[in-house]
Amino acid sequence: MTLLTFMAALLAVASLGAAVIALVTRSTVVAVLSAGLVSLFASVMFLLLAAPDVAMTEAAIGSGLTTFLFFFVLGRIRREGTK
Amino acid sequence: MNFTTRKAIPLVLLLLLGSVFYALFAGYTPDETLNRSASYYASQTVQDTGAQNVVTAIIVTYRGLDTLGEVTVLFLTAAIVGLVLAHSKAPKGRSGSGFLPSGELLTTGTRMLVPVILLFGAYVFLNGHLTPGGGFQGGAIVASAMLLMLLSDSAERFSHRLISRIESSAGLTYVILGLLGMLFAGGFLDNRILPLGSFGSILSAGAIPLIYALIGLKVGAEFSSILTSLEATEDSQ
Repeated sequence: MTLLTFMAALLAVASLGAAVIALVTRSTVVAVLSAGLVSLFASVMFLLLAAPDVAMTEAAIGSGLTTFLFFFVLGRIRREGTK
Repeated sequence: MNFTTRKAIPLVLLLLLGSVFYALFAGYTPDETLNRSASYYASQTVQDTGAQNVVTAIIVTYRGLDTLGEVTVLFLTAAIVGLVLAHSKAPKGRSGSGFLPSGELLTTGTRMLVPVILLFGAYVFLNGHLTPGGGFQGGAIVASAMLLMLLSDSAERFSHRLISRIESSAGLTYVILGLLGMLFAGGFLDNRILPLGSFGSILSAGAIPLIYALIGLKVGAEFSSILTSLEATEDSQ
């Protein structure tokens, strides 16, 4: 088994694990963070497959901007809840 | 009975999806050589466009029209989000949604990080023709700096007018550059309207750095306008 296959298998297992955590966890914050983690693992995978341009897009939009956006909306919901 | 059917349907769907993916995986054999269009791009990009990064040359020049379409889709998304949220827009003088007051750590960290993030975003889209990255990635990085500013200090709203000015002028210049390519070079969005320059330097590859900077500004402005219109809505009372 080459190093690339090993790394790919490791990343696949890790992103599956993060996706399962995002589904089963009861805390919204943890769910949002692990959904972002799935994107981060995917972008590392793209980097290993020699596609750095796609990896940058995935990291910036999938794991960065989307996670931030979820927290942004979460903050709004919390604020309305405390009213 | 009802409960078991409800449980069975997702399982069957997952099984179907899994079998499709398995069929794809089982039938996959890696190509030994590049196919025809890929080998054309790999061998001709440097002399056609002078760009070091082949992906950028494809996105901006060979498939430039598709990129214009993508940017238009993003623009439509921003416009629709703005339109939908305009109903619940906070009146002038009110602070909009805002947040619980942000902590000292976030405020200070933002002040330190935002210029660095903006600079990095500009670096990514200006070096799109040399290194991996480009307008979309750089624009998203710029927008994340804007989001950080919104998170730390919600009272500090950006001017909607400035964002839409940047967005529309970047889009207009992009289309005009494309039309200039039709007039002075090989076709729509041809990058050879400017000299190709020396291979590998920052001012090379014709109009690619210019076009990618415009795309970066446009994408950044579009994402920022989505975020700002989300921020500027008022809570339902």
